[in-house]
Formats: sequence, C-alpha cells, structure tokens
Amino acid sequence: MALDRKIAYINLSTGKIETRPIPIEIRKKFLGGRGLDAYLLYNHAPKGCDPLGPDNPLMISGGILTATCASATARTHIMAKSPLTGLLGSANMGGFFAPEMAWAGFHHLVITGKANSPVYIWIHNGRIEIRDAAYLWGKSTTETQWAIREELGDEDIKSAVIGQAGENLVRYANVMTGIKNAAGRTGMGAVMGSKNLKAVAVRGTMDIKIAHPVDALEYNKRFIEGITSAKVNSTQGALGTPFIWGATNSWGGLRTRNFQYNQMEYADDIEPERLDEIAIETMGPYHMTGCFGCQVHCRAQYKIPSGPYAGKYDEGPEYTSQGAFGAEPDCRKAETVLTGNHLVNQYGVDNLEIGSMIAWAMELYELGIITNKETDGLDLRFGNDEALLEMVHRICLRKGWLGDVLADGGIPASEKIGKNSFEYLIQVKGMSNLHSDERGTPGLALNIATASRGSDHLRSRPAIDLYHLPEKIMRKIYSNPIPYDGPLSSEHTDYEGKPWQVFWHQNCFMAVDCLGICKYHTVFLGATLPNFEDWPKVIYYNTGLEFTPVELWEIAERCNNLERLFNLREGLTRNDLIKGDMLNHRYFDEPTRRGAPDVVGRTIDRQKFKKMVDEFYNHCGWDKQGVPTSGTMERLGLNQEPSHLL
Amino acid sequence: MEKVLTVEYQKCTGCRLCELVCAVMHDGISNPARSRIKIVKWEEEGQYVPMICQQCEDAPCKNVCPVGAISRDVDYGFLTIDHTLCIGCRSCVSVCPFGAMNYNQIDKKVFKCDLCGGQPQCVRFCDMKAVDFVAADNMTVKKKRNAATRLYASQKHATAIQEQI
Repeated sequence: MALDRKIAYINLSTGKIETRPIPIEIRKKFLGGRGLDAYLLYNHAPKGCDPLGPDNPLMISGGILTATCASATARTHIMAKSPLTGLLGSANMGGFFAPEMAWAGFHHLVITGKANSPVYIWIHNGRIEIRDAAYLWGKSTTETQWAIREELGDEDIKSAVIGQAGENLVRYANVMTGIKNAAGRTGMGAVMGSKNLKAVAVRGTMDIKIAHPVDALEYNKRFIEGITSAKVNSTQGALGTPFIWGATNSWGGLRTRNFQYNQMEYADDIEPERLDEIAIETMGPYHMTGCFGCQVHCRAQYKIPSGPYAGKYDEGPEYTSQGAFGAEPDCRKAETVLTGNHLVNQYGVDNLEIGSMIAWAMELYELGIITNKETDGLDLRFGNDEALLEMVHRICLRKGWLGDVLADGGIPASEKIGKNSFEYLIQVKGMSNLHSDERGTPGLALNIATASRGSDHLRSRPAIDLYHLPEKIMRKIYSNPIPYDGPLSSEHTDYEGKPWQVFWHQNCFMAVDCLGICKYHTVFLGATLPNFEDWPKVIYYNTGLEFTPVELWEIAERCNNLERLFNLREGLTRNDLIKGDMLNHRYFDEPTRRGAPDVVGRTIDRQKFKKMVDEFYNHCGWDKQGVPTSGTMERLGLNQEPSHLL
Repeated sequence: MEKVLTVEYQKCTGCRLCELVCAVMHDGISNPARSRIKIVKWEEEGQYVPMICQQCEDAPCKNVCPVGAISRDVDYGFLTIDHTLCIGCRSCVSVCPFGAMNYNQIDKKVFKCDLCGGQPQCVRFCDMKAVDFVAADNMTVKKKRNAATRLYASQKHATAIQEQI
C-alpha cells in the first residue's frame, strides 16, 4: 500500500536514524509531498534558525500517489528554510527519484544536523545507512550519480545530489537527479552542502499494492488520453517548454536585459527549432525524454555542437535556460544557451536565479555601479557571451570578488555592491523572478508578489489568463469545487477577478504537489486538464482513501496556510520590499517599451495592485496584514499548530 | 492470427510506464521488479532500449526445464509457465539469452511475458509505439518501407544530380 510508506528521521550529527509509520489522520489532513513537508517544516524548524546551520531540517519526499498507477507521479519535493530568502524554501523536481524511494519503503525524510565530513545517505528496501562521500566531493551532479552506482554495484540506483555549487554554499544551488531534473529554487542544494550531505541514494523492490488495480489501470488510460490529447501537451511533447518562447516574446512578456525591455530582438535565433537545427549533426532530430510514467515527455535531448564542451550530452534547455542565457543577458548565440544549460546542470545551480543575477550585474556594469575593479577586468556588457559563461563558473566556484558576492543571492549582494543597486534587482522575498515580464498582466503580477517561496510562477500563476478564454469557460473552471460568482475577466490586462484566479491556482498547485504529480497534468498551461473533480477518483483507486473535491480543496488551503504561518513566523510583513508581498518599484514606475498594442506602455497601478492584494488576502481568509484570521485557523484545524504529531 | 511484440527503441522516451502497467496488470502491485518488460538505459547518452521476451521458436527456457513446465500457448504463441509443475530451480532464468525470464524473490516464482493474454498493456499505454504488437506474418513491412524510402529518395537525388550535369 502507498499508505504504509514510512517517514525517516536522520540526524547527521549523531548518526541516529529513526523510522515511523505515517498516521492516517495526518494523511487526511496533509496528504503527503509538499503539504506534509510544510507541516514537518513548521514543526521541526526552530524559529529564526540559521538556514545553513545544523538545526534547519531538510525534507525530501514523494506525494501520496508517488509510484502508484496514476499518471506522472514522478515529482520529488524538497523543503527547508531557504538560505536565499530566509523564508520558506521549497523546490520540486521530476525524474525517477521519488518513485524509487517509495519502492525502497519511504515517502518522507527529515534530515537534521551536520556530518563531520562529506557523507551520503543510502536507502535500500527499508534500510538506511550513512556512508562516506569524501571521494564524491568536487564531482559534478552526473559524475556523482554514476560513481554511487559503480560503488554499490547497481545501475538502477537513483540519487538526489548536489554539484560544486551546493558544496560551495551558493545560496541558490539546487538538488538534482538524472541529467537535468532539478529541484531548482530557493537554494535547497546549499542546505545539503551545509550538512556535508553530497547525495541521497535510493533503490527499492518493495511492493506498493494498488487498492483497486483494474479501476486504477483503466482510469489511468482515460486520464492519459485526456492529457496527451490537449494541444498544449502535444506541442510540449515535441518541443519542451521552449514552445512558449516565441509567443511570450511576440506579445511582450519576455524579461530582457534584466528589466529594461519586455521583448528580445533576436528571439528567433534561439527558438527550439533553431536549437534543434544546430544540434542535428550531433544528436539527430529533436528527441524527447520523459519522467516516470509520463506520456507528455517534455525534455528535449541534445549534444553541444561546438566550443569547449562539444559533444557533451545534456537535456533541455527549458524556457528558463533560454531566458537565463538568451534574453536576460541579451545573448543571441544558440550555442551559448546549450552550453550555459549544460554548465548549470553540471554545477547544480538554479539556471533561473543565476541568469537573473548575471543580467542584474550586467545592468549595474553598464550603469557604472560596478566597474572593471569589481569584475576583475571582465567586460560584463550585455550581449557578451564569453563573459556570461565565465560568470557562471565564477559564481559556482565563488571565484573573484563579484563571483563570490553574487553567489550569496541578490539581497546580500546589493548590500555589498551598495549605491542604488537594490533598485535594479527584480525580486520578491529575495528570490529572482522568472524571465517573464508581468507589467501587462496584473493577475500574473499578483501571483509573483504573493507566491509563498518568493517570485515564482509555479505556486499560483493563472497562466491560462493569457488565452482570453470565454467567460463561460472561465466560470466553469473557477467555480469548482467552491462556488464563485464574483467578477471574472477574459482580458489579461484587467485587474478584476484576478485575485480569485490566483487564489484558485494557489490551491490547485498545492493539491498536485501533495499528490506528487506534475503541473502539466493540471490547469496550468492547459485549461481542459484534470483538476479537483478528477483527483478523488485517482486517489481512491490507488490508495483506497476517500475524499470529496471540496475536502481536497480544504487540504490545499490548510497546507497553504501552514506555509504562510511559517513565512510570518520568519519575518514576512505585507509591504516589505525584502520579505513581503511587494513588487520592485520598476513594475509601478517604468512602462513597458515593447510588445503587442495592449501590452506596450503599461505599468502596474499601485492603487489597483493594493486592492488586488486586499482581495486576495480576503479569499485566503487572511486579515489586511496577510495574517490568517482566528476564524480561518479554526476552520482549517490549525489553531493547535505546531502540534508535533510527526 | 499470431501476433508478436516488436521494439523500435529509437522511439522510447524512457518513461517506464510500461514497467508500471505490466506489474499492475499482472499482480495488482506497483513494483518494477515484477515487470516483464524493462527499459535498459544509457542515461549519459540519452539512449533507452525496452527489453522484452522474444517468445523464441527454439526456446532455451522451454528446452532446459527439467519438469516440462514451460509450453507454448496454442492461441497466441507465447511461452507460458505451469506453476503447478515448476519446481523453482531457475534454470530457465540462467539460460535465457535476453534476461527475459525473471525471478520474483517476494513470491519465490519465475515469471515471464504472457502478452497479457492477447492485449499487451505495455503496447496499449505506450503512445510512442516504441513497443508494438503486430501480425507475425507482417512484422517487417514497416522496416522494408523505411529502407525502401531511403533507397527511393537517394535514387531521386542521384537522378536530379545527373540532370544538372
């Protein structure tokens, strides 16, 4: 049974390991994955703890459906207090790690303490061992994974590892598995590095009994047909996330030159078809690969065609790598995108954050806020491909003054660089924004301002807002499972109704993160994809647990409120530019310079933005300061937290 | 009509959904260790090959079995194990050249592909058709057309060059 997978507590300081079952009452309140991790974080992280200290607990988990006969249950979730933001740290990756961990007997790990020397954790069919990793220290993310397989003599071992960026405590280092699956955001790799933990390796052959196997199999077949027949997924399955590149650029939603423009002049040069063309000699026509059990298969495969890394195999690049190594630094060579993507995968660093950091430094360099003295002579102009890739090395290895400073993340770096550098930093809660520009889309701006882990698109973005769906269809989506008869607008430049959409997606995305499935299998990029109506059946057929759509919605609300409580405890205040639900002044003051007629010349209106935040808080059951009201706490059964039941 | 499983490994995306549905279909359990099909990977090169039972004509597993527990299904042509006769010596596992005869250490039984009794779930769930189920008397038709297309295209190309000269 999926429900008999256990939780393990591993203390790296003392070497003590304890395993426990996960009580069914806890499952009914928090399901698993990110939701249950939020419970564990709120209960185990001491208030105000140092994110890179031994007290910060690191959670690694799969969802309640992981490795069952549901579709695409591949996601691994990682949570801790973030060394980048000082608030909630949370990241999610595909691949094959979480299913293997479930077959090895576990759904959740809580790792505390700090090992004296580099170690890795080895989990095999219910047994857990802490092993020496001195020989792995300094190795890249893939070298580490292959070396562990070699040492233990099993090619089916899956590992979640850090690269040199995590070892060097780059505050946005990620955790990776496979070639390019990355739990990218909020610096979870640095937390592993701070614990001297190089990897967690898992291998299992333990049965997961499916509650109603025939129904589960048949429902999965129907589910997959619905998912793969959605146009958005067939396109994604042919080109990967770069399929949104051209459209995003042409309407003016592509963050370019840090934040100076919202459209890239040379975007065509790094379109997925162009990337395919230059890699064709080495790899053949676009070939796609998938995560566990997923028929969307959205990861492209390539070999670098030229340059110092010619012939190296990698996967991607995603939209975020096109942004990080294309639009943001305004570099137009497709080889640079492929090479940059390879470097971040090998070092184990968040491509999105590092791209934003370098683009920010480039703008500061062009403004004279930093000079050749800070860059050690590097000509850090926009459009300089060599300087861009050199900065990737310097940051991950903490080389040179600027490399070391940028490795600490935007807020500390702005303090060290000084002058008015902070004003140019495009961040919320200390985390950089996706390479998108939200000045023409208030709903998306509200999403990045209020997302629980900082400026991010995967927590509550109403991306389908851009499709101008008829109101009838929007009402059908957004009035389920909770009735809603307030305003809804098909126009993406409007402010009306957006708070409800952001609130709805916040709950939808939390639910899939608790289940352990991928967001491409829900209402993220496709309006017709499964949501609250469908999941209760999948859960019942696979685990035997019964929920109504409304109960699942309440679980998602409960988990989102726990994340909120954690952020408030660690210092979130509504209008704080560093730790609040607030956007950089450039969103309000600098109009967009390019884009479609309804996007060009736009800013976010301060008053209307404030009204949106008020409304959003109201939907969430929070007061004007963004604090859950006592009524909300009572309704969701959170007034006893932290309850220390697990 | 007899049908056979075929593999076009270049199409495989490596997702292993086939392994999952194989185990669920046969045992009602998710566990790749119970799957009859296995995706062998070269991850650092991005190459994946589905490995299946070939249902050999002169089958080593059948030949080696000391108690005659392995026989051929008359309707679908697959090799099948009679567990009432099997003594669990695993000689068939040792002798299979493809690693397609498996041993399940939980149930202490050998197991192999039985084409799901005529509707293989691996094929049903693979939308890439990296594994397919085709008529045995027709299994090379697609390969022949692919090879012929290459010949035909190169002939057209050669003719075009000659005309230019």
